[in-house]
Amino acid sequence: MSDDIESVEAFRTRARAWIKANLGPLQGWDMTQHCENDDEERKAVARDRALQRKLFDGGFAGICFPKEYGGQGLTPDHNRAFNEELAGHENPSRFAVPTFSPCASTLLEFGTAEQKAAHLPAILKGDEVWVQLLSEPGGGSDVAGITTGAVRNDKGDWILNGSKVWTSRAWWADWGLILVRTNWDVPKHMGMSVFIMPLHQPGVEIHRIERLNGESEACQEFFTDVRIPDSDRMGEVDAGWTIGQRWMYHERLGHNSPYVSYPSGHTQSGQQETSTVAIARKAGRLDDPAARELIGEHRALGNVTRQLSHRIASAAASGKGNTDMSSVDRVFRGVASARRATIAFELAGSTASVWDEDEEGATDAVGMNFLMRQVGSIGGGTTEISRNVVAERVLGMPRETSGDKGVAFRDIQRGPKRG
Amino acid sequence: MLHELSSDQDILRDTTARFLSDQVPLSKLRKDRDDPAGFDPAYWTSGAELGWTMLLVSEEDGGGSVSGNGAADLSLIAYEFGKHAAPGPLVDCNVVASALSGQHGDLQRAVLQGLLTGSDIATSCLGAAPWMQPGSESITIRRDGDDVLIDGAVLPVESAMQASHLLVTGMSESGMTQVLVPANAPGITIKPLKAIDVTRRFAKVSFAGVRAPASALIGAFGGGDAAVARQIEVAAVILCAEAVGAMDAAFDMTIDWAFNRYTFGRALASYQALKHRFADMKSWLEASHAISDAAAEAVGKGADSAAELASTAKSYIGVQGVELAQDCVQMHGGIGVTYEHDLHFFLRRITLDSLLYGTPAEHKRLIAAMQINQEMAA
Repeated sequence: MSDDIESVEAFRTRARAWIKANLGPLQGWDMTQHCENDDEERKAVARDRALQRKLFDGGFAGICFPKEYGGQGLTPDHNRAFNEELAGHENPSRFAVPTFSPCASTLLEFGTAEQKAAHLPAILKGDEVWVQLLSEPGGGSDVAGITTGAVRNDKGDWILNGSKVWTSRAWWADWGLILVRTNWDVPKHMGMSVFIMPLHQPGVEIHRIERLNGESEACQEFFTDVRIPDSDRMGEVDAGWTIGQRWMYHERLGHNSPYVSYPSGHTQSGQQETSTVAIARKAGRLDDPAARELIGEHRALGNVTRQLSHRIASAAASGKGNTDMSSVDRVFRGVASARRATIAFELAGSTASVWDEDEEGATDAVGMNFLMRQVGSIGGGTTEISRNVVAERVLGMPRETSGDKGVAFRDIQRGPKRG
Repeated sequence: MLHELSSDQDILRDTTARFLSDQVPLSKLRKDRDDPAGFDPAYWTSGAELGWTMLLVSEEDGGGSVSGNGAADLSLIAYEFGKHAAPGPLVDCNVVASALSGQHGDLQRAVLQGLLTGSDIATSCLGAAPWMQPGSESITIRRDGDDVLIDGAVLPVESAMQASHLLVTGMSESGMTQVLVPANAPGITIKPLKAIDVTRRFAKVSFAGVRAPASALIGAFGGGDAAVARQIEVAAVILCAEAVGAMDAAFDMTIDWAFNRYTFGRALASYQALKHRFADMKSWLEASHAISDAAAEAVGKGADSAAELASTAKSYIGVQGVELAQDCVQMHGGIGVTYEHDLHFFLRRITLDSLLYGTPAEHKRLIAAMQINQEMAA
């Protein structure tokens, strides 16, 4: 490491002073990213854009992004120190994931010089919020099985048709990173390409999906003859899977990515950790040794999750780690988050079943969080897929048989054979 | 184990690894199960020469670390102990050595020198601990003129039959108290016990009005809380690193088995149901490495997070390490529970380590108390 990089401790001291002087306390919508209605959400988004701009002007945006794109050119250790100092303060939480990771991280790695110059500074300044257009209604965990397609017209532009789904916050975001099929005559991994595209343009229809807890942040997009200029293509035609694999690696890192600045002590779902002490106190169980064991287990699992992520991220940063080790992290986080939601639920007892809308309390969401427990093991690729990755690519075990190997994509069976 | 070692640290680790492979192969441990000590005195003095007991002792007292972080260095030795299921009171000799480092009394200095050369073994009798309910401590220490009197009993105490001295922790009317006594002092009874780990030896130690002079106290009478907490952190670091070494050994052995064992014309490693279990085990193993290293780092530095990370490691590895070992047995099938197979050495080691110096449940309650205190202070 070169000597002219500011030491982590000096940076930490400087960051602490700046954060104290410029950022207010954590807001409710930072913690849960949940807003009561769309108006409130629009306000929160505007506030996040302004906060991101504030970070940029203060010299703290994009800590690990190169200076030429408006970043700070510092190391993951600096970012970690910043995240620790950011704890308890308001922050542009809606930018963290997926704008910074995987979108900006992937753009940094694979974008053309023009694409990077056009978009990375805009992201760092809070002008562009990005989403990833990856999953499809018929796809599930088989990401490479996508059928949304783009065809080149005689002017050299691409015409996009199809649909993407589970795109969080697409209804107010600005740009998307999209994986599409550009060749149906080769095996599935060999016929995909990556593009970048504005979300709000002719031919793009965005529908919102309500989830069981009442929120409707996730969207489905329908594309009808959407024109994408070839200058918005990322990487070579039909070589999109190379980018896609790194894209998904950045996605698995999520809030733990060195490219994301986000206060320590928050879960990856963007929800603040509910204090299990407060839950147990409300349930009148704080002196119960069994309840204390649950509180300790909850806290310990949080500590272990952080240390594991740190170990795997630092091994990856030093170039030593197998990048598929991020799947070990993904499995662990999914399982640990489910266990922690269960612990909170168990501590709450029957009070987890109801809450009073007129009373605000940190423990209100326990029951609903429990119903949503499996999200942490589904979103970003299920833990089952990650277990395959760990077994096959980390431990070297034989691969599962597949029905689509070496077969041209158009000939792959996509539904049951009947009759 | 730390994934970035300095070259000096790697020499320290590698020297012990080669020594253990040579001196205490599993074939020898399998035969020594009825040996009263479980190891030869020369083995221990050679180990002391390799640095096994010096890493937590100050340089003024004749010790010293390799990297500046003695606990991190010691975790490398402990890791190799686990990986080889090696015998000997590594945990207790280091706990006592760390307690005696910086103490000025003649007795304390003499015992510390014996520990550093390996000529003496000293062990810890933890008759009071922070997770115990007030009044439930098993050893009491009270003043009697210029002396103190020790009463009660404690188990399990490692290598008590081999020890020249005992570091006794008991409750007094004014708080936890620690005192160093000769193991043959009048009123002490040592009863050897059978233990789940065939490579290590334990006893019940009873004290009936055992008298010790005030000069044998470690720290102030009734002022032992912080020192005891610190010794538990040290023990947790050693036990966790050792368990992680044993987990690596058990896991590697089971991976080999999965590739080489064929059933229905396929390797076990080709079944998705088993692959997913190996993936889960791998996540527990990596998580255990991560938290064990973080605890060693923090304890060695004396960081504010040391107590919480040590208890986190002890409670997490204490549960998930044992689960991993049992899953390795399950993957092996019937041969996994035979004495002839090697796996049981690691199952025993991991299980025993989870129970010493606080069970997972006890450490979880300590963590909860820390969290409650933090939230009340906030």
